[in-house]
Amino acid sequence: MKKISGNKLLIKALKEEGVDTIFGYPGATTIDLGDELYRQDDIRVILPRHEQALVHEADGYARTTGKVGVCLVTSGPGATNVVTGLATANYDSVPLVCFTGQVPRHLIGNDAFQEVDIVGITRSITKYGVTVRNRDDLGRIIKEAFYIARSGRPGPVLIDLPKDVMAELGKAEYPTEVNIRGYKPNTGVHIGQLKKSIKLLHTAKKPLFLIGGGINIAWANGLFTEFARKTQVPVVTTIMGRGGIPTEDPLFVGNLGMHGAYAANKAVAESDLLFSIGTRFNDRITGKLDKFAPNAKIVHIDIDTSSISRNIQVDIPIVANAKDALEKLVEYGEPCDTKAWRDEIRGWQERQPLDMRKHHTMGPKDILDVMNKEFEKLIVVSDVGQHQMFTAQFTQLDEKKQMIMSGGLGTMGYGFPAGIGAQLGNPDTPVVIISGDGGMQMNIQEFATAVLEELPVIVCVFNNMFLGMVRQWQKLFYGKRYGMTNLRSGALYRESGSQEMPRYTPDFVKLAESYGAQGIRVEKREEIAQAFCRAKENKNTPTLIEFVIDPDEMVFPMVQPGGALDDMIVD
Amino acid sequence: MEKLRKRWLSLYVENQIGVLSKISGLFSGKSYNLDSLTVGTTEDATISRMTIATVSDDETFEQIKKQLNRQVEIIKVIDMTEMFIKMKEILYVKVKKCTAEDKTSLFQIAGTFKGRVIDYGRDSLLLEFVQTGAKNDAVIKLMKTEFHNIEVVRGGSVGIESISVMDR
Repeated sequence: MKKISGNKLLIKALKEEGVDTIFGYPGATTIDLGDELYRQDDIRVILPRHEQALVHEADGYARTTGKVGVCLVTSGPGATNVVTGLATANYDSVPLVCFTGQVPRHLIGNDAFQEVDIVGITRSITKYGVTVRNRDDLGRIIKEAFYIARSGRPGPVLIDLPKDVMAELGKAEYPTEVNIRGYKPNTGVHIGQLKKSIKLLHTAKKPLFLIGGGINIAWANGLFTEFARKTQVPVVTTIMGRGGIPTEDPLFVGNLGMHGAYAANKAVAESDLLFSIGTRFNDRITGKLDKFAPNAKIVHIDIDTSSISRNIQVDIPIVANAKDALEKLVEYGEPCDTKAWRDEIRGWQERQPLDMRKHHTMGPKDILDVMNKEFEKLIVVSDVGQHQMFTAQFTQLDEKKQMIMSGGLGTMGYGFPAGIGAQLGNPDTPVVIISGDGGMQMNIQEFATAVLEELPVIVCVFNNMFLGMVRQWQKLFYGKRYGMTNLRSGALYRESGSQEMPRYTPDFVKLAESYGAQGIRVEKREEIAQAFCRAKENKNTPTLIEFVIDPDEMVFPMVQPGGALDDMIVD
Repeated sequence: MEKLRKRWLSLYVENQIGVLSKISGLFSGKSYNLDSLTVGTTEDATISRMTIATVSDDETFEQIKKQLNRQVEIIKVIDMTEMFIKMKEILYVKVKKCTAEDKTSLFQIAGTFKGRVIDYGRDSLLLEFVQTGAKNDAVIKLMKTEFHNIEVVRGGSVGIESISVMDR
C-alpha cells in the first residue's frame, strides 16, 4: 500500500473538496505544509498580512461564493490571532475550515514554544474543533470538517495539526463518505407545520414577513421574492436579511431593529402575524422583549432548533433550511388581501421616511446614493459602526447586488479584509468596501495583500475623525462627554473651544499611495461621482476614497436603549 | 413560565478528549445551572454516558436540551425528568474524633438510613450510603448537626431507565 505524509494528504484533501483558494500565513509548525503548497499549482494561496484579516478574507470569500473558506495558520500566536475571525464567522453562520499548526505531540502540554490549546480556546466560538492525534484519523477528520462547516447551520470548524502527525506516513486515501453519529443536520421540512403556517398567513389581517440572514445564507432570495410577490405580504428584514427581496420592491418596508426604518418597526408593532424566516430574534432587532410584536402570532422557520423559541416564544416552529421550506411555500401560497394593511404601512413611510438631514457639503447618504447609481452589479462590504448602519439603511440591493457585514459579532476591522476575500472570489464583480476611519485602521495592513493580488477593490473611508457610533451614544445619553472616541486627540481630551486639535493621522490618501494604491480625498457632494469613476477606471490596484464627514451626523431612527421597538428617536 | 426545579438529563457522548470540557463550558458560558455531572464509559469503549442534574425553568431547560443536541460530539440527549428511572448516588462520610457514644449513634444512623459502616479506626468511622441525591442531602444535614468533625465526598447521581418498576 502506498503511504504518504499527512501534509501530502491534506493537499490532496483540499483538491478533492474542490478548494481553489486558501488563505495562509506560515510559521514553524506549518512550514512543511507551506512546502507542499509551493510544489503544486492547483490551489491559489493568498498571503494576508495578519491572521485576523486572514480569517475575515476567507469569510468574505465564503459569503460571496457559497464555498467553504479555508484558512491555514501556525501554532501559538498564529492560532490566537484567528479567534476574532472565527467568532465573527460563527455568529453569522459562515462556513470556514481553519487549519492551525500545533507543536509535536510529545511537546503538547509542556508550555512549548508557540504552543497554545487553540481547540480549548475556540471551543465556544466554533461549530466544531479537534486536534488530530493519530495520522490514521487525518483523512476522516478533514472530510468531516468540510461536511460540518457547510451543512445544517454553517459555521467555522477548527482542525489542529501537530507537526509530527503531519510528517508521519500513512494512508493515501481520502474518504468519500461521511457518517457522524452525533451530527445529523435536518434535511426535510415538516409539511403539516408548513400548511398550518400558510393557513395563518392567509387568514391574518396584518401579516408581515420578517427575513433574517438565513435567506441570504441559503441563497434563497429569488424564491423568497417569488413567494412574497405571490402572497402580496409586506416584508421587513434584519440587516443580515437585507436583499432577501429587492429593496426597491413596493413590498419591502425596510430594516427593523435598533436603527430600523420607522415604518418597519411600526409594522412589527402592529402586525398580527409575524412570518419569520432565518433570524434568531437578536436583541438588536427586538428591543424590549415583552413589547415586541405584542399583537402578533409568530411563525418561525430556522435551520437551527436552538434559535427557535429562545428569545421570543413562537406559535408555529418549523425546523428547516430556508430554501427547502420556500420551495414548498411558493407552491402553497395564495394572494392575500393586504391592500388596507399596505396602505397603513405606506402612511407611516410617508409620515417618517428613511432619510438624512441634507448636509451643506456632503453627508453619508449622498455617497451611498451615488454608489447605488454607479454600479449595476455590486458586492458591498461594510465594516462596523455608524457607516455600517448608513450602509444597511440606504444601500439598494437586487438580484445583482449583495451586501455582507459582521452582523452578529460586530467586528471592527472586518470590512476591508472581507472585501478583499469577496473580490478574490468574484473577480468580475465590483467590490465596494464601506469603512469608518476607526475600523479601517484595524486591518489597514491588508493594502499590501490587495495591491500584490492586483485587486481593484474600492475602499470608501467615511472619515468623521471619531469613533462615531460610540460618540452618538455619548452625545445622546452621556452629556456629550466624548471620552476615548476622538481619534484626532488624546483619549480623554476635553473640548474647550479655544484649543486647536492636532491634524488627523494617518493621511489616508498618502497611506494608500505608499502601498501603491490610488488615494482620493472627497469633501464635497459634487466630487463623489467623479471619485467613483476614477476608482472604476483603476482596474489593477485598489482605490481608497476618503470621504470627510461631519462628526455630528447621526444614525436615525434609533430605538431607545432598553425601549420598545416603536419607541424611536427620529431626529 | 414554570418556576425553577431540578431536572435530569442522560447523555450519550463520544468518548474523546475535550468533550467533558465542551459540555461543562456550554453550561458556564451560557449561565446554565449545573447541579451535578457524572461521566463514565459504557459497554462500547467509544461512548461515554453522562448524567446531568440542573436546576432551571422550562424555557431554559428546553434551550439546554437544544444546545446539547446541536453539539457534534453528543450522540443522544435523554430527558429523564419525567421518566421512570433508577437513580442513585454514592456518598462517603468520614467522622473523626468520635467518642464511644458517637460510634454507637453512627451505627444507628447507618442502620436507619440504609448506609453501612465500611471502615473503623480508634476514634473515627467511615460510612457509605448509596441513595438518591435527596436522601443523601438529608444524611449530610443530619451528620452536620450531630458531629463537628466530618469529611464528605459524594459522587453525583447516575441514572438509568427502569425496566418494569414504575416508580422513581
